[in-house]
Amino acid sequence: MSIKIEHLNYVYSEGTAFEKHALRDVNLELPDGQFIGVIGHTGSGKSTLIQHLNGLLKGTSGAVYYNGRNIYEEGYNKKELRSKVGLVFQYPEYQLFEVDVFSDVCYGPKNLGLPADVTEARAREALRLVGLKEKHWKKSPFELSGGQKRRAAIAGILAMEPDVLVLDEPTAGLDPKGRDDILDQIQRLHDERHITVILVSHSMEDIARYVERIIVMNRGQVMFDDTPREVFDHYRELEQIGLAAPQVTYLMHDLAARGWQADVDATTVEEAAASILKCLGR
Amino acid sequence: MLRDMTLGQYYPANSVIHRLDPRVKLAGTLVFIISLFAFRSAEAYVAATLALVAVIRISKVPPKFMMRGLKSIIMLLMITVVFNLFLIRGTVVVRIWKLTITKEGIETAVFMAIRLIYLIVGSSIMTLTTTPNNLTDGLEKALRPLNKIRVPVHDIAMMMSIALRFIPILMEETDKIMKAQMARGADFESGNLIQRAKNMVPLLVPLFISAFRRANDLAMAMEARGYRGGEGRTKMKPLVYAHRDRMAYLVMLAYLLVMFGANRIGFAARIFGLS
Repeated sequence: MSIKIEHLNYVYSEGTAFEKHALRDVNLELPDGQFIGVIGHTGSGKSTLIQHLNGLLKGTSGAVYYNGRNIYEEGYNKKELRSKVGLVFQYPEYQLFEVDVFSDVCYGPKNLGLPADVTEARAREALRLVGLKEKHWKKSPFELSGGQKRRAAIAGILAMEPDVLVLDEPTAGLDPKGRDDILDQIQRLHDERHITVILVSHSMEDIARYVERIIVMNRGQVMFDDTPREVFDHYRELEQIGLAAPQVTYLMHDLAARGWQADVDATTVEEAAASILKCLGR
Repeated sequence: MLRDMTLGQYYPANSVIHRLDPRVKLAGTLVFIISLFAFRSAEAYVAATLALVAVIRISKVPPKFMMRGLKSIIMLLMITVVFNLFLIRGTVVVRIWKLTITKEGIETAVFMAIRLIYLIVGSSIMTLTTTPNNLTDGLEKALRPLNKIRVPVHDIAMMMSIALRFIPILMEETDKIMKAQMARGADFESGNLIQRAKNMVPLLVPLFISAFRRANDLAMAMEARGYRGGEGRTKMKPLVYAHRDRMAYLVMLAYLLVMFGANRIGFAARIFGLS
């Protein structure tokens, strides 16, 4: 049970003046149950990459295997794949269309051809998982606040009960509280259900705090693929491609340069704080 | 997927046709269309074909792009051809049950098909080589005299350029929403007509909402920058005719003369029984 990508290439508008090589020979293995972060500069190919995971885009060459089967095979059931690999797009609230939140969340499972009672049970479960209170369920999606809309939209994907959850910038445009709430809920989901979570983000802090593995994309290629500690060790190279390491990485390196015994591999505020306290002998 | 549409129909290339003043291209397209309707002889159409091929070659736009516009009229084209083929009376060539195909029918069908195709390809050249903004600029300036009879030329041009500007944005938005709904198991391809129309709801509702939101944002941004309509508004790049534009007008005149001549030869040939 995993996703495997082999020699994947994707070219936009091949053979025209607008031709753009969005992915170049990408090879990845995404085993079950991992919490993976994907980072990269705008236009690095990360959004293109994740759209290949559920077959929305078809690679110009190469292959994507889901549980050992090539999804580009003749007659492969794409609809089933999309229910197994749930993809939450950027600003997913713009896809809400139903008269009320509950019906909107039902849309996905209904498309899978599930009976009404199962559909509704899944919708309730999904709405609970994202922490949307029951009093909002019968409201029009447009009466909700930005953060609530975002939750409703994520619930729409969760109601399909995917084995892999891919989120493209799920916290873009949210306030810090809303951001933490959503990410904490995703973390809980990952821990409880043991589903694979792939998180695309610009925020190094978010990435460092939640994920166990980071894939860095640059110009359509995988530049690094390692644990956060290892990846952020290359913070100079990350800067060169327009990214950065978490703030604490810089702080710890500065302290180390001044002769402190600081742990330069600390990636989260908590780790850094522990290391500093240790240096201070407390 | 639709990223290639972000600039509308425009195909960037470095050619004389691209650099021409948009007014020249507007006039050229008009002249070409009029010539297609005014002259009907085979000889004139040979001349029109030559002119069309020459302009396509000079424009450096791959012919594939020219043909793309034809996809949308393929139904219209088929209907026109079929109707002309079967409904025009004359010398019968083929008879299938009650339907007859006549010699005149075949001639008219072929002629109408060519005319339609040339019409579309001819106007695609303009849209492919001119940015939408340039085009509306050209229209605004060309139609400025109408201001005297109180036609709000500037406002119309502004509305047009905003509409054109929004086409690629909305295309992109459509693509995005479509993908998002497909990720939720939506199916936009199968089913009968009614089923398909129903399946469009999850696409159309978010699209309309987004269009209104964008319109609102744009209106506010324009107000914030002090937009008050065309009165006293100047251009950063005013349109001025260059040498090549004057040459282009001469070429157009030459084209019309050739078409006129070719047409005459056609008629003369027919009158003297040469064809």
